[in-house]
Amino acid sequence: MLHIEDLHVKVGDKEVLHDINLHIEEGETHVLLGPNGSGKTTLLMSIMGFANYTITDGKIIFKGEDVTKIKAHERAKRGIGMLFQRPPTISGLKLGKMLNAISPGKKEMIPELAKSVNMDKFLDRDINKGFSGGEIKRSEVLQLMIQNPDFVMLDEPESGVDLENISLIGAAIGSLLEKDQHLIKRKKSGLVITHTGYILDYLDADKGHVMCDGEIKCHGNPREILKDIKQRGYKECLECRHQ
Amino acid sequence: MSRMPSPVNVPELSKVDQDRVAQAGIDLAMKNRCGSYLQMDQDIVQAECSQQGIEVLSFKKAMEKYDGLKEYMWKAVSPDKDDITRYVAAQKDPKGYVIIAHKGSNNILPIQACLYLGREQIQHVHNIIVAEEGAELHIISGCTSGAHVGKGGAHYGISEFFVKKDAKISFTMIHNWSENIEVYPRSASIVEENGVFLSNYVCMQPVKKIQMYPTATLKGANSVARFSSVVISTPGSYMDLGSRAILEGKGASAELITRAITKGGTIISRGHINGKTAGTRGHLECKGLILNDGIIYAIPEIEGSVVGTELSHEAAVGKLARDEIEYLMSRGLDEDEATATIIRGFLDVKIAGLPEALQRQIDASIDVAEKAGF
Repeated sequence: MLHIEDLHVKVGDKEVLHDINLHIEEGETHVLLGPNGSGKTTLLMSIMGFANYTITDGKIIFKGEDVTKIKAHERAKRGIGMLFQRPPTISGLKLGKMLNAISPGKKEMIPELAKSVNMDKFLDRDINKGFSGGEIKRSEVLQLMIQNPDFVMLDEPESGVDLENISLIGAAIGSLLEKDQHLIKRKKSGLVITHTGYILDYLDADKGHVMCDGEIKCHGNPREILKDIKQRGYKECLECRHQ
Repeated sequence: MSRMPSPVNVPELSKVDQDRVAQAGIDLAMKNRCGSYLQMDQDIVQAECSQQGIEVLSFKKAMEKYDGLKEYMWKAVSPDKDDITRYVAAQKDPKGYVIIAHKGSNNILPIQACLYLGREQIQHVHNIIVAEEGAELHIISGCTSGAHVGKGGAHYGISEFFVKKDAKISFTMIHNWSENIEVYPRSASIVEENGVFLSNYVCMQPVKKIQMYPTATLKGANSVARFSSVVISTPGSYMDLGSRAILEGKGASAELITRAITKGGTIISRGHINGKTAGTRGHLECKGLILNDGIIYAIPEIEGSVVGTELSHEAAVGKLARDEIEYLMSRGLDEDEATATIIRGFLDVKIAGLPEALQRQIDASIDVAEKAGF
């Protein structure tokens, strides 16, 4: 599904990601761990194609096509989607109007999908204006449900979310990634950034990676890596046997 | 019982000009209107209303019928205010309309007033709008010019509004002028106890110059005024706009909201709320977007002179945020679509208390601008 090869990314004049290699198969969900400021969000923004993230070397191959140089909306149309940790507030633009704009031909699905993540009362509200942490994430999930991407990137989907909302968001994300389907039937893939690991209860992740200082330092079983990090912190994790 | 309104018959208007009239919110078929006033240059084509209790009269006819309109004429706007008012006051054959919603009447379908400038150098009107006690009156005023007014022209318009006790007037004005037209509305309203005055202004099309600063004097206790303006200024357009609320009645409140976009023209966005009595409230908000180099000059003024008046303002002028555009691009919209969607949202001011038909008309005006790529 996604193949990243020797990727180097600059933000402004500074190289933030160095020589990233990552391979995610169809139906797989990977977890990206790492300390704050290690470059995890930068990797997701680079895969999404945001203009401030300049790819200076390397390639992003999605479903066999080199998408390194195409714009964000073209990547979205090809099936890449992202749940933002801190999406912008857009004054005046109602959530419902935005969903209409991004879902030609699916307008009739909006009320039902909105209801499924308790966002039906928010369709007439400005996007993210005055939303709580949980509401922001539910709005993001709703947008992804409308988009229905083949490859879902999730930037800390549980941050700022209470336990009740984690359960709701986790179930919805699980459904987006077809976790409710048998292993061999799953076509959707995911890449999830998490600090707490709570979301893993709903995602059944296949592989974990640890990023530090803009490099992926370690790969392995996500639950084992997370356990190591919780017990010993990132320092020992970076020196671990999985490297 | 109300009669069915007659369609407006304007055979001399070309299809292009009929479309321009429609873009100004005028429904020539009269399907969603209960009354109509149409003035082409200085000729009054139509003045009628099918709604019981509401009259739409030419200024001249109203003068004859209502003893020279002594109770209202030049009572909200001073004839000596400036050169424009003096010019209109000096006219021996004044034009314009008088709309009176008699006590307790109301119109679900709005009345339309179309002021069309075709051949004349100057079109002048004097309008008087009255909602008597407990009445509710909704008006859409479409002002436009012919597509081929080569020599240019000017529109001088005096409008005096009187909102009596427990009454309500909503006045939605859509301007659809041309690059060579100058427009000088002079309007003021007087709002009595529990009265509500809503003024909505939309101008999405080029104009040479507009200068207006409508004022609402809230004399009555708990009276309310809401002004909203949604404007786009194209290169060569000079728009000096404003609105003012004077809070005199106890508990009176006002809200002045402006969304301004320049694509190269000039917008001066004035606003003034004067809290003169305890227990009054006012809020003024101006947000501006500069899409191409042009000028947005916001001048919000709040003036309080007694303990117990609460006034606030916020003004912001800036550009489209890159992160907002890219956020929508990550959902599959291309850059132009994302930009248009954000601008559409920016201009989307919903006015509390406005009938749906009028809100739809405002939305339609913005839709036209959106389809043309803002």
